[in-house]
Amino acid sequence: MRGDQWLDRDAGPVVRPYLLTGGRTRPTGDSVDLLALVSSADANSASEVLLEPEYVEVIRQCRQPKPVADLASDLDLPLGVVRILLSDMREQGLITIRPPARNRLTDPQVLKDVADALRRL
Amino acid sequence: MLSAGSEQDLDTASPVSIKILIAGGFGAGKTTLVSSVSEIKPLRTEEVLSEPSVLVDALDGVEQKTTTTVAMDFGRITVRDDLVVYLFGTPGQHRFWFMWDELALGALGAVVMADTRRLADCFPSVDYFERRGLPFVVAVNCFDGARRFDPEVVRTALDLNQGVPVVMCDARQRSSSRDVLVTLVEYAIRLISDSEVMSH
Repeated sequence: MRGDQWLDRDAGPVVRPYLLTGGRTRPTGDSVDLLALVSSADANSASEVLLEPEYVEVIRQCRQPKPVADLASDLDLPLGVVRILLSDMREQGLITIRPPARNRLTDPQVLKDVADALRRL
Repeated sequence: MLSAGSEQDLDTASPVSIKILIAGGFGAGKTTLVSSVSEIKPLRTEEVLSEPSVLVDALDGVEQKTTTTVAMDFGRITVRDDLVVYLFGTPGQHRFWFMWDELALGALGAVVMADTRRLADCFPSVDYFERRGLPFVVAVNCFDGARRFDPEVVRTALDLNQGVPVVMCDARQRSSSRDVLVTLVEYAIRLISDSEVMSH
């Protein structure tokens, strides 16, 4: 494959982040929703010295539950890479990932609260 | 689908995230709207563009595939500690269609930004959300120098269902972008209460 096929006008460097994932492009286990909440609060007390720097950073950033999209943005890593990191970390018991609470999206009261709050912006 | 009692309690305790998509053609004002109304953050995604015929996704095949990176508009509005609205700008180019299903999953609804100078650019977005049954509003971004249209003219041109709100906006103005989002949330509330009436 020619090198330029990796890149186009919109593309950033894509190879390096995949070193973090051992070249994998798909996470293992359940798919990780964009707004799933990542938490390291119940993490096994692993010695951070032994962990990849990215793992340590995820653990630090997720002491309070944090949505995947926010985490990817703050880590400045592409979403796909972050998903693989997170699924690996979940397998190792370093984090928990909770799906977003969709059952309340259809609660008219919650939505009225949203509309009221937006009006005050 | 209701989960077990303990998870219900967790759900109630955890923050509610509302996801709203901002769609529309290139240059229709998606980024402008997201940045005028929310704290905008950089978000990159990337996808492996596999051949449609390739069914097996081998783990060792990275070098066989074309990977593409795309920057998305991503904004958050913290309504309350336990209530956050997320805005995701959908990538406009057709080769990123595959990302839309994921973005649309669990979304409250969408804003389709329309530029009357290039109205046809938003047809694919309108088609997509209609097919998917996701509530959407059409926001006509009133660019300087663009001819002003009656919302009904835009509705007819886009062949929209009667209920779909069409609003004029200036995406540069926070208040105007905010009103677009309010219109969408109110429309979603109407659809939810209508469907509850139907099911009872």
